Amino acid sequence: MVSAAKNRDTPWLMRTYSGHSSAKASNTLYRSNLAKGQTGLSVAFDLPTQTGYDADSPLAKGEVGKVGVPISHIEDMDQLFDQIPLDQMNTSMTINATAAWMLSLYIGLAQRRGIDAKSLSGTTQNDIIKEYLSRGTYIYPPGPSMRLIADTINYTVQHVPKWNPTNICSYHLQEAGATPVQELAYALCTAMAVLDRVKASAEIDPGAFPQVVERISFFVNAGIRFVEECCKLRAFGEMWDELTLTRYKVEDAKSRRFRYGVQVNSLGLTEAQPENNVQRIVLEMMAVVLSKRARARAIQLPAWNEAMGLPRPWDQQWALRIQQVMAFETDLLEYGDILDGSPVIAAKVSELIEGAKREIDKVEAQGGIIAAIESGYIKRELVGSHMNRLRAIETGDLKIIGVNCFQEAADSPLTQGVDGSIMKTDPAAEQAQIERLQAHRRKRSDSDVRAALQGLADAAKSGDNIMPSSIRCALAGVTTGEWGDSLRTVFGEFRPPTGIDIAIDSRQVLGQKDQVSDLRKRVASTGDALGRPLKLLVGKPGLDGHSNGAEQVAVKARDVGFEVVYDGIRLTPQQIAQAAQEEGVHLVGLSILSGSHMELVASVLEELRSRDLENVPVIAGGIIPPADGEKLRALGVRAVYTPKDFSLNAIMGDMVDVIRECNGLERLGRLD
Amino acid sequence: MTQGRLPDPEHLAQRIMRGERAAVAHGLNLLDNKLPAARDRSAGLLAALSGERGLKEGHLIGITGPPGAGKSSLLAAMIRQWRVSGRTVGVLAVDPSSRPELGGGALLGDRIRIKTSSCDEGLFIRSLANRNQLGGVATEVWPMSWLMLACFDIVVIETVGVGQTEIDIADIGDTVCYVAQPASGDAIQYLKSGIIEIPDIFAVNKSDLGPAANKTASEIGRGAPRQDRREAWDYPVCLVSATMNTGIESLLAHIDRHREFLANGCLLYDLRSQHQSAWVVRLLKEEFGSFGLELAGGCAVIRERLRDNPGSQFQQYERMRKNILSRFMSVRQTSSPTKKEHEYE
Repeated sequence: MVSAAKNRDTPWLMRTYSGHSSAKASNTLYRSNLAKGQTGLSVAFDLPTQTGYDADSPLAKGEVGKVGVPISHIEDMDQLFDQIPLDQMNTSMTINATAAWMLSLYIGLAQRRGIDAKSLSGTTQNDIIKEYLSRGTYIYPPGPSMRLIADTINYTVQHVPKWNPTNICSYHLQEAGATPVQELAYALCTAMAVLDRVKASAEIDPGAFPQVVERISFFVNAGIRFVEECCKLRAFGEMWDELTLTRYKVEDAKSRRFRYGVQVNSLGLTEAQPENNVQRIVLEMMAVVLSKRARARAIQLPAWNEAMGLPRPWDQQWALRIQQVMAFETDLLEYGDILDGSPVIAAKVSELIEGAKREIDKVEAQGGIIAAIESGYIKRELVGSHMNRLRAIETGDLKIIGVNCFQEAADSPLTQGVDGSIMKTDPAAEQAQIERLQAHRRKRSDSDVRAALQGLADAAKSGDNIMPSSIRCALAGVTTGEWGDSLRTVFGEFRPPTGIDIAIDSRQVLGQKDQVSDLRKRVASTGDALGRPLKLLVGKPGLDGHSNGAEQVAVKARDVGFEVVYDGIRLTPQQIAQAAQEEGVHLVGLSILSGSHMELVASVLEELRSRDLENVPVIAGGIIPPADGEKLRALGVRAVYTPKDFSLNAIMGDMVDVIRECNGLERLGRLD
Repeated sequence: MTQGRLPDPEHLAQRIMRGERAAVAHGLNLLDNKLPAARDRSAGLLAALSGERGLKEGHLIGITGPPGAGKSSLLAAMIRQWRVSGRTVGVLAVDPSSRPELGGGALLGDRIRIKTSSCDEGLFIRSLANRNQLGGVATEVWPMSWLMLACFDIVVIETVGVGQTEIDIADIGDTVCYVAQPASGDAIQYLKSGIIEIPDIFAVNKSDLGPAANKTASEIGRGAPRQDRREAWDYPVCLVSATMNTGIESLLAHIDRHREFLANGCLLYDLRSQHQSAWVVRLLKEEFGSFGLELAGGCAVIRERLRDNPGSQFQQYERMRKNILSRFMSVRQTSSPTKKEHEYE
């Protein structure tokens, strides 16, 4: 029965996470997305911008404009929002370590356009805590990072009241392997740490503290187990309501609402039979829209081909249309909460709440989330959960259609496009951005820039709120690298526990037992034949901080008998080659998920050659499209792994054979 | 490394002494290689590297302490200072291996914590697994540290302190520095375990914790018994903070002072000779077992021969090794009771 919708609920904000190449190219994309019915913007920044480097920094090489838009100064921000009225737009920025800076550029731009900051609305992700656990775009140690979060909250609550200054992220915890219980617990612990810090700063009048609590929002993940995920969101709502009432004495129920945005799960999207990702995305979305009481405020959906590379405008359009069909064609928004009163749902929700409370108690007993991160506890728990998941996929206990079952498939017409069915960023974008940046530096007033940076350093040292001096920096034409460096000098840089310098009980996390003992024999006998134990270097060149894959490989390699040097993230190709030489390794494994694999792997190979290490084989893993994989092999990379290679045992077997082949020994072939 | 690519020891030694990084790396790989052909060349390399200068030059420093004391971060801060003052640094970072029945692999995570953010040609880090060897420090560490001493101003061996390891490290380092963690009880355990004589310098890390650090420092200060190796040394206890970068200069000054103390008292020469003897015995025993040691005349005779030929210990080692090998062969020709022992060394 078709009827004109009366009393339909207003739909959530619809966004698509996007940005690439340059501010200009991204602006064009944003305006076309808005024309297609998108109701907000979600800005993806490139890695140099996220980690506080200018486009011409050596560490930025190959990364400019890759995973997002490069924003080096206020003119870039101006171009990004060309013809987009800031006071009418709701802008979400996925920015963390440099969130205070991007927000300053946004506020500075509004000021320049004569727009009142009080009319700006949007979100800065600004959850630096989870960067230490997943994602990896931290810069400063936890103490100063907490202070930056608190400063932006204190500032926006008073001056930009419609802004969500921080989006506490459970999203990335799930990507790093968290179970629903862990997601609930660690996200709420992070929120407590942030609120406690703001409270302790005493910048806000205690009477106005409920306004701070009200501005805290969350960024949540939704996986394929959509019933449980739906319950997780209901649990979040109930726990937040209770926590804000008891711990922070927020009396007004409206201010205690659990407000959250969603990007559904990327971890479960597959490269094999990628069209299946569409139904996965739809089902995952169900979890966050189904129950009115726990419905998302903003949704962005990944594209079906995200595991293959960057989505094209058409792919993003498809993701947006999924939201529109759900909101405007179905009758979902015509009803109240359809799950209220279900005993099954209620039972699951209380089970999750109880589990999460137990885990929160554990973390609090250790002194809170920061202490538990510093001790390595949280990372150990996450790496353990992630290993369990991978093991379940290997054994087939966790079924993934097209990956470990039902692999037989007809060729997909979707992936036959001449463009490889993914978006290619403009290779000239990096050079253009560097030239634009250098021209900008020539145009601005050096004395204004020096004075503004001095003001920033003074505020950083004295403990004054960082925002006013940052906004002055924005208006003076300071660059992202200058802002980042200025605070690096005062705050220092952080080196995290990696999650692998912690001991994991191997017996719990190993895959198929027979394969493991076979692998151990192969590793040991190959080491004997070569005169010393097999030694592997695992490193991540470039700025990409998604270290989960590299860590899993490192841990697994250790378990089958390799001596593994884990060299961590943010390495230049020179550093990797130098480490390979100093450590005398038999094999170098590189992991790159930012899309800059062509440039970075080529540079690593060249650096190895310049050190006479061309005989040390290199393998690479990441989101690497098949055509690029071929090119990498042609350059001399011995093996290329992508998300469809889910069997770590098979990869380990390959690694041994690559080493054998390069040292004149016979290959041992596939594992049984 | 296949056998065809093994480097010529004499030539390699010259390149190492010139400080060529590639040669240092090759040399370390060679010393790690257990193939018979490689072992011959290792012995040749060590012989070419030894000499009087090996008993006088450079500074070999052992850093040890319980897990979590912040050794790597402290070492990173120390390296920064050394590098600023223009001194070159070689590091051997030793991590535990998993038990043999669990595959015997190892995760070597020190490099990531020690490393400075830029490429530094004056710093060389080699990570090592202890490979479950008795004593906690792999036998490879000793020859490797001597190789590094031939080309770096300062050589640091970093190990996790688990009792026995400190004794091993004291058999290598000129100066042993123990890193303690405040308020953990480790320091007390350490005092109780009776090996407090081992370290020459104590560094209480995380001094930013304040009172807890002071308490640990004073406990160590009170606890260090003085019936020790060198009466004239004062066994300083330093408060340092790797994260706040405080107290580092003073710690390094004590380390330098300890080296001067050894050199001025003519102790350094003897100390290194003793260390060399101990490790030659250990290496021979590892390769040939106690039966092999007996063939070479027994420990006492070996020690005496080494003492009489200071500065040529590696030549002596190689000579004894060849000698044992040939005796072994002749023993094996008549009967082969030790076949197993030899093949599985």
